[in-house]
Amino acid sequence: MEFQIIWFILWGVLWAVYFMLDGFDLGAGILQSFLGKNEGEKRTIIRTFGPFWDGNEVWLLTAGGATFAAFPTTYALMFSYLYTALLLILFSLILRGVALEFRNKVESQGWRKGWDVAIFIGSFLPALLFGVAFGNIFQGIPMDANGYHGTLFTLLNPYGILTGVLFVLLFTVHGSLWLAVKTNGELGRRASSVAGKSWYVLLVVAVLFLIHTAFATDLYGNYIQNPVWFAVPAVAVTALLGIKLFALKTRYLTAFYSSCLTILTVTFTGVIGLYPNLIPSSIDKDYSLTIFNSSSSPYTLKIMTIVAVIFVPVVIAYQIWIYRIFRHKLTVDEVVNDKESY
Amino acid sequence: MDALTLSRIQFAVTAAFHFIFVPLTLGLSIIVAYMESRYVRSNDEMYLKMAKFWGKLFLINFALGVVTGITMEFQFGMNWAEYSKYVGDIFGAPLAIEATVAFFLESTFIGLWVFGWNKVSKKVHAVSIWLVAVATNLSALWILLANGWMQKPVGYVLRNNRAEMVDFMALLTNPYGWLKFSHTLLSGYVLAAFFVMGVSAYHLLKKNRPEFFKKSFRIAARFGLAASVLLIVAGTFHAERVAMTQPTKFAAMESVWDTQKGAAYNLLIIPDTKNERNSLEAFGIPNFLSLLAFHDGNAEIKGLKEFPAEERPPVASTFFSFRIMAALGFLFVIMSLIGTVISGRDDLENSRRFLKLMFFAIPLPYIAGQLGWLVAELGRQPWIVYGLLKTSDAVSKSVSVSQVIASLAGFTLLYGLLAAVDIYLLTKFAKKGPDDDLSAILKVSGNQEV
Repeated sequence: MEFQIIWFILWGVLWAVYFMLDGFDLGAGILQSFLGKNEGEKRTIIRTFGPFWDGNEVWLLTAGGATFAAFPTTYALMFSYLYTALLLILFSLILRGVALEFRNKVESQGWRKGWDVAIFIGSFLPALLFGVAFGNIFQGIPMDANGYHGTLFTLLNPYGILTGVLFVLLFTVHGSLWLAVKTNGELGRRASSVAGKSWYVLLVVAVLFLIHTAFATDLYGNYIQNPVWFAVPAVAVTALLGIKLFALKTRYLTAFYSSCLTILTVTFTGVIGLYPNLIPSSIDKDYSLTIFNSSSSPYTLKIMTIVAVIFVPVVIAYQIWIYRIFRHKLTVDEVVNDKESY
Repeated sequence: MDALTLSRIQFAVTAAFHFIFVPLTLGLSIIVAYMESRYVRSNDEMYLKMAKFWGKLFLINFALGVVTGITMEFQFGMNWAEYSKYVGDIFGAPLAIEATVAFFLESTFIGLWVFGWNKVSKKVHAVSIWLVAVATNLSALWILLANGWMQKPVGYVLRNNRAEMVDFMALLTNPYGWLKFSHTLLSGYVLAAFFVMGVSAYHLLKKNRPEFFKKSFRIAARFGLAASVLLIVAGTFHAERVAMTQPTKFAAMESVWDTQKGAAYNLLIIPDTKNERNSLEAFGIPNFLSLLAFHDGNAEIKGLKEFPAEERPPVASTFFSFRIMAALGFLFVIMSLIGTVISGRDDLENSRRFLKLMFFAIPLPYIAGQLGWLVAELGRQPWIVYGLLKTSDAVSKSVSVSQVIASLAGFTLLYGLLAAVDIYLLTKFAKKGPDDDLSAILKVSGNQEV
């Protein structure tokens, strides 16, 4: 297989895993102020993903770094064309990271309230904007020999916004299921109820997204050419229905895994449709950024493949180990009495 | 102002801000790991309290180091798209490897360290902070190999209108990169040592927990002495490498205008850029500059006039940054030597003037580190990759002035706010001193089941 194709798959995997992992802590971050009825519950919500969010976010950095190393032209143009959108994501993630660390460092209600707002904005905005960015990548952005013809507001078109809303809902359902798994009592019940209700909204938006995709993008072209790929969106739909099925049976862990699978396959539904483009041009196909015209040299790709083959499995192994160490449910009492956590 | 100048200011601001937090992370992680290992071996709770206290300060600082690092990785594409296109084939690799090999390790195990006190055995817990320490240092290696490549590009050919990697080993073994790495790493160790000594001095002056802070001081003083001596060695080799590979930077660092054989080292110089000369040169040591640069008292030093004016870096700022940094470097050796002797004799409490000095010395290694980066990056101008690509050709074409003004304003505002909060918290917890209540940690050891 050509190295470009290997890296295209890896590129998709890095983004998909990032959305799957940071998805639940962004979702829990969105819900933190609403689900947590008192300080103990608010802290418990943060505490459920406290040991993980840092490691989850590195998947984003690696996705960015891999784009740089494997497809430098795409990295350069994508990041400079989407300048303002990325800047907002960056500011949000910075604010959120600091908020999580600093929130519990001063005994003051006002202090905590301020950081809780930062946690909400810092979780909601990246979820929305990643969706907007990918929606626009799916439908192509206006670029040609003269560069990019658009602004931040060009990105806020109906399909871009729809994808943004889809991401927010995917992460919200994902995050509420996570909380249903990791907490119990009143908080756990509330989380599972939110998961159940928001799932219906997600279903409606997902159907709208699949329909709108046919009109706004060329993603289905690859599927019509090779119908075997329809298996991936089919799995996505099945997994989405599975979430509800398992949630109804109160098997929240299985429902959460089903939600993981949904996010992975939704991402890959888009990635497969993009091939061989990384970012299509919406005005002149000759200027689409493909994995062939924007990649690094075969030598660089070979070196990077060796690094990825050795280290990515190691990373996955120790991250799974950490998840296992902190696999138990949390009670609000336990969190409130624990001075070590944040 | 144009987008180029604004983008340069933005990169300088965000990089300088990032580098306020990174050096303390590099050194303090090792100091904390050492303290926790002592606890594991001796079971002496004093060491556990030390790891907890210094660890808390480490974490407050660590958070900002991590989040400001994300900015750096995004900025190459956002503001320096032409650069990223031109050198991404070789420059992107170390950045991607850094994330995969080091940053994952660091970010995953910091979670275990913070939340795992009751979840894993004492040994595994100590291993987790060692892994964080190793990972942060490893992370610095890849970043500085990338920066080393910008200073002395190796292992590439110009092909397909860009620099393509042909020799990964050359990148990996680039002497410039390794010197950069040792220099930066050791400066971080010195900074952390001075931080621990300074905070300890504060408490000793207040007669607060003398045993705890004398012990902390002693550990830091020895660590700082070893690091500052090695730092001088690394710095000397680094400067030699600059003389060998970046003649314009070296000439600016020493403010040498005319090419000369057997150049003297003038202790006092005032550069006069407009008239391309030094308005003052005094206390010269004959042949010493040539000797320092090339191990040969008669060696030729190229002067700035040898190069067209548009290929010279800004002289005065490079020169003064370098001089002040180097002077501080020697001062650090003296101060940590005195600290080692006094703390070794258990005489700290009687040396109140020295303690005061050490408290006020906390900012000095920060200043030295920032100045060092100014020398490295200003001294490389007008090149973004020395001899290969000019900074003016590297900036994004599609990013407008108003976009960069907005982002620069945003960064300045957000970073300013975060800096204020961070300093407030660091001061608060540093003043508070160690926590004696270890019940939360000691109540259980070993694994718990669901």
